[in-house]
Amino acid sequence: MKVTIDGIPVEVEPGTSILNAARQIGGDIVPPAMCYYSKLEGSGGKCRTCLVKVTKGSEKDPRPMPKLVASCRTGVMDGMEVQNITSPEVLEARKGIVEMLLINHPLDCPVCDQAGECHLQDLGFEHGAAKTRYEFDRRTFEKIDIGDKIQLHMTRCILCYRCVFTADQITNTRLHGILNRGDHSEISTYITKAVDNDFSGNVIDVCPVGALTDKTFRFKNRVWFTKPVDAHRDCDKCCGKTTLWYKGEDVIRVTGRKDVYGEVEEFICNTCRFETKKTADWVIEGPRKISHKSVISANHYEFTPLPVVKTNPVLLEANKEQFERDTRL
Amino acid sequence: MGRKLLLEHINVPGINTFDVYRSKGGYASVEKALKMTPEEIVEEVKKSGLRGRGGAGFPTGMKWSFLAKPEGVARYLVCNADESEPGTFKDRYLMTYIPHLLIEGMIVASFALGAKTSYIYVRGEMMPQIRILERAIAEAKAKGFLGKNILGTGYDLELYVQPGGGAYICGEETALLESLEGKRGNPRIKPPFPAIAGLYGCPTVVNNVESIAAVVPIINEGGEEYAKIGIGRSTGTKLISAGGNVKKPGVYEIDLGLPVEEFLYSDEYCGGIANGKRLKAVVAGGSSVPILPANLFMKTINNEPRLMSYESLSDGGFVSGTMMGSGGFIAYDEDQCIVRNTWNFTRFYHHESCGQCSPCREGTGWMEKVLHRLEHGHGRMSDMDLLVDVSKKIEGNTICPLGDAAAWPVASAIRHFRDEFEWHVTHGAEATVRNFGLAHYADPLPKPEVLA
Repeated sequence: MKVTIDGIPVEVEPGTSILNAARQIGGDIVPPAMCYYSKLEGSGGKCRTCLVKVTKGSEKDPRPMPKLVASCRTGVMDGMEVQNITSPEVLEARKGIVEMLLINHPLDCPVCDQAGECHLQDLGFEHGAAKTRYEFDRRTFEKIDIGDKIQLHMTRCILCYRCVFTADQITNTRLHGILNRGDHSEISTYITKAVDNDFSGNVIDVCPVGALTDKTFRFKNRVWFTKPVDAHRDCDKCCGKTTLWYKGEDVIRVTGRKDVYGEVEEFICNTCRFETKKTADWVIEGPRKISHKSVISANHYEFTPLPVVKTNPVLLEANKEQFERDTRL
Repeated sequence: MGRKLLLEHINVPGINTFDVYRSKGGYASVEKALKMTPEEIVEEVKKSGLRGRGGAGFPTGMKWSFLAKPEGVARYLVCNADESEPGTFKDRYLMTYIPHLLIEGMIVASFALGAKTSYIYVRGEMMPQIRILERAIAEAKAKGFLGKNILGTGYDLELYVQPGGGAYICGEETALLESLEGKRGNPRIKPPFPAIAGLYGCPTVVNNVESIAAVVPIINEGGEEYAKIGIGRSTGTKLISAGGNVKKPGVYEIDLGLPVEEFLYSDEYCGGIANGKRLKAVVAGGSSVPILPANLFMKTINNEPRLMSYESLSDGGFVSGTMMGSGGFIAYDEDQCIVRNTWNFTRFYHHESCGQCSPCREGTGWMEKVLHRLEHGHGRMSDMDLLVDVSKKIEGNTICPLGDAAAWPVASAIRHFRDEFEWHVTHGAEATVRNFGLAHYADPLPKPEVLA
């Protein structure tokens, strides 16, 4: 099937979603996705950041779709034409959604363990506005320990439902879920029961924000000060293929191997994740390749001056050197 | 005055019992329909031009004909009795006083769709109605109209009443199906539509109570007869639940195409505005449709008198029109505050948002907080633009229509009553004590016509 996304044609299998077709093309035209996770069946469609405009339904029925559609859950049709970053309507809607996602987010990135590998941080940086228009109290929750290894900080959650799908699909029982409704809904366990099974740690990997964090890594280090290394071990429970995050000579964290969209290649068990933190336990394969643009590699976001900096002569003068360096690069 | 099709015998004592209902010609449509083929019934409903009475106004016959009919897969009919739109109470009225009409319609519709099991999903708060329906089902079953081998035709039908948990979102058809399956009532992402994969993954039709009840007169009198009532593509009769500051609030059955002026001012229907006041604004079809000021409601932008029909009410689009919606007619007199009303609606949508998709989850709460601020005299002039912008960001970007429903009343209230919002900003202190808003929208005072 032939699909054209932002003018770039691509041949895909029938049944592919628009988002996955765009990922086959790659680059800037891939819509951001906060809730879709290709390894989890039924995920997606909730965060609405991946909205795109379908300007031509298919070869057979060329009518455009009346509304913006969630690209992660809309299948391609032969001859479909899709606009993502070329449509001002999509960019406007996406900006609105980023704003909505951030209005109840605490923006505590300086003390958040996820900072540096947080999808919401990236999304806000790429698509959001510099200033919020929200002037009210943000929704807050108490931190909950679900089990001795995972901490849930609901205040940061964007309700993507990924952890719920993970628990449903890769573990035998799901002990947590969504309670309540609307903007006071929360991920929680019933009467703060511990989540306890061999694969529960994967909810940390799938969480796009810092809502579910690894208690063995909390406040140990910033992500960009650690060096990711691919390694494997013989594990009787999982594939044993992981990424070790080194600080000096110590393994301070073990995660699944995440691809460029932040999705793990394979889920790993809790033994690998939490209990084997010595180099001797692992067979090292080599450094994990991470995009040089990523904060994890570069320690900072690619700098584009904020609009206010661009217009204010005082700030313009103060940042002159920085601007020159950027243009030179 | 038109003929009543649904509420004809509503005042007969004991009409809620099987025997009285039967003696008034009840269940005749079942006898007639079971002699027809399912295709003929669907064709009859198509001919009648019946449009969904739940809000969207999608032609019922078309919906039925879209139902997938794979071999060996069960099909379901689900009746959406999760009526929770503020201002709408027609289904509850129908189920309370004439439950057998719904059951009769369910039997005919289930037969037409080939459903062997059908459900009536009733909102959890309507406990008395659930009991009434269950008793009525038991009566019908005892008389052989439900269960195995109905009237000796070999058609089996089991009808169940399922109480919901009382969530507005479960009135959305896919959320209703999720809830019926025993899950959290979150709307599903479409496609697939319920006609392909609905309840338990089987093809399902979800219809409003009134749509299903309207099938009874259609079968009794024939689709073409039914289509003679009404105007244009709005055929038949519609239950309107009139509320607000009218003299005689209540449920009225009207012929579609009735002039709104007659509906609002004639003694047969609402009887005018209570306490001798003037009309200021109208919400024509339940809280989610755009609100209109009196002058725009009485006459369209082209100066034609507005009629109670799907087309006429939506004449002018969202700029100067509104929608038929579910028939929850709310009239506001000159002393009602539109800002307060909008805030109240937004509070409802904030409370009822399921929290699944982000624009609706966060946006409804945001709008409520801004409107709360405006209403209590702490607003700013920029708040109106902010509200319009937020409502635009929600509208059309959500999984289900709740986002649109939350956005439209806000956007339309600001569009038509902007100076009242501004008055709340400029007269903050006064707005907290004298909460009437501005009254000049009532001008010019519409004069009730002398009716023959």
